Amino acid sequence: MAVTTVDSAPAPAVVPAKKLGRGYWAGVLRRLARDPVAVTAAVIILLIVLAAIFAPYVAPADPYKSSMIRRLRPIGTPGFLLGSDELGRDMLSRLIYGGRLSLVMGVLPVFCAFAVGSFLGVAAGYAGGWLNTIIMRTVDVFYAFPSVLLAIALSGTLGAGILNAIVALTVVFVPQVTRVAESVTTQIRNRDYVEAARVSGAGPFTIVRVHVLGNVLGPIFVYSTSLISVSMILASGLSFLGLGSKPPEPEWGLMLNTLRTAIYTQPMVAALPGVMIFVTSISFNLLSDGLRSAMEVKA
Amino acid sequence: MTEPASDATSDPAFDPAARDRGGPAQPLLSVTGLVKHFGGRRSWRGETKGAVRAVDGVDFSIAKGETLGVVGESGCGKSTTARLVMQIIAPDAGEIVFDGEALGSRALDLTTYRREVQMVFQDSYASLNPRLTVEDTIAFGPRVHGVGRREATGRAHDLLFKVGLEPARFAGRYPHELSGGQRQRINIARALALQPRLVILDEAVSALDKSVEAQVLNLLLDLKAEFGLTYMFISHDLNVVRFMADRVMVMYLGKVAEVGPSDVILKSPSHPYTAALLASMPSMDPDARTEEAPLFGDPPNPIDPPSGCRFHTRCRFASAICANVEPRLAPVARPHEVACLMAQPGSGHPRAAPLRENAA
Repeated sequence: MAVTTVDSAPAPAVVPAKKLGRGYWAGVLRRLARDPVAVTAAVIILLIVLAAIFAPYVAPADPYKSSMIRRLRPIGTPGFLLGSDELGRDMLSRLIYGGRLSLVMGVLPVFCAFAVGSFLGVAAGYAGGWLNTIIMRTVDVFYAFPSVLLAIALSGTLGAGILNAIVALTVVFVPQVTRVAESVTTQIRNRDYVEAARVSGAGPFTIVRVHVLGNVLGPIFVYSTSLISVSMILASGLSFLGLGSKPPEPEWGLMLNTLRTAIYTQPMVAALPGVMIFVTSISFNLLSDGLRSAMEVKA
Repeated sequence: MTEPASDATSDPAFDPAARDRGGPAQPLLSVTGLVKHFGGRRSWRGETKGAVRAVDGVDFSIAKGETLGVVGESGCGKSTTARLVMQIIAPDAGEIVFDGEALGSRALDLTTYRREVQMVFQDSYASLNPRLTVEDTIAFGPRVHGVGRREATGRAHDLLFKVGLEPARFAGRYPHELSGGQRQRINIARALALQPRLVILDEAVSALDKSVEAQVLNLLLDLKAEFGLTYMFISHDLNVVRFMADRVMVMYLGKVAEVGPSDVILKSPSHPYTAALLASMPSMDPDARTEEAPLFGDPPNPIDPPSGCRFHTRCRFASAICANVEPRLAPVARPHEVACLMAQPGSGHPRAAPLRENAA
């Protein structure tokens, strides 16, 4: 950094902005790619998602076709790679199709809660004062209920059904996301660069858009991804209780429910939906952990 | 420095000289009765108790084109004064007049005022948004004030060049890719992007290495000459203030202790607190080494400041009257004002000159 060289240098031509491709998110992705655990988790999630999307092409059999004479076959039976359930339906196909609903139930409520919670939390955190008090105290009321209880109570009140279960789960997660968003925003709000932006005459909406959101959405997003596994498990729980999806529909939680009578005759087959829930949710958790540490690095 | 031809500098709305209203004799900024108390509880009678009296009645003015240095111990209200002048925090009382127009009047609303007065913060890292490139950070202010993207970017590149950073190399960088000195140059460029007339430098070089500090100080002097700026330079480093400032204001516990030309104040101070500050500076001369602490103790608690003169608890010349009478800021020589009873004839302090009969 030499001052003297500048005086002799020719005046620069005004060149348009050239981003050098080393933006923040490029760096995060680069660090994430170096984390073997996160990459493994991402590959597993990708496989499950792809299998769910292309279920009609991947699944070996019709997940609804039952057969009374081929019920509860063990894993490895010819024609039933992962056995068959209590109505003689192919387990592998049902697990593949079941991923569709289970993933939707895991991701959609969290996504909705991310949108609503970020909005509420950033508004509360940046505005402060009475708006903060109103939003955060309301959130605290929801926090007082255990999340499982709240989800069951809400979907019980709204009635069984997938849409109602999604709404109930969203309501469960909004307070948690709001809290994280509020605390991150309160930290950012007092940074010098926000003050500098205020000093340059910018209004609150411009400051939030340019200076707050970019620094706040990352941490909120990471926190939200860690909720996907919780959402999947809660959704499975709701289905298990008969509040989510309805029978013949393949869904992991519901399959766990209907197979529970076979726990003594075919324990391995009965455990399979649980294994899927476990593997998927732990993959989401590991990926979100990796994302968190990839984002924490300063330089 | 050669001036690159660009629409940024030829725009009359951004030419500081064209915006001069009150003429050269009108102070650029004059502040009267500035007060800010933090916290405290309001009793049922409406009195506030337990408030930190961070700034407690400060008057000063800054002439056009000068640099006013503000010095004092930490906690004396220097930074709070800067934030009050900058309107980052709202003052409890006090009037700010910028070039003859009162802030808040119809002629000078906050948006206009903020184009005229800008600030450089101490922490060069915390004052830059880590998610914005250098050029976006600098261009943000002009964009807010309605300058188009291309022109704002062009102005950002001009300013980068002016603060000694080659735009082609630095425009697309993020703050973490820069050194402390480079970041502070960006902060300076950001402050200048709105073409202000007054720049408040709040400990702007205090966090830098000595060698980098010197470069940035020289840069500030160059920019001041080029853009016709006026500085309010806040620092705890008296050597830096001596280098930069035309006039010096010494603050103690939220009040002004002494104001005057920097060569007078830094050579023959009239206030015992200023003298103690000067004595605490390490000397290069081994014969003039500091043998005893010029000041003892910490500054008193600003929640409950001492009665009378706020410095009397630590002043070696304190007499009984100092605890009872609060000294006003009064001139000793023409531009030199001191808030000390010793400097005021007839004040009753044993060291004060007697009041001459015909003087009244």
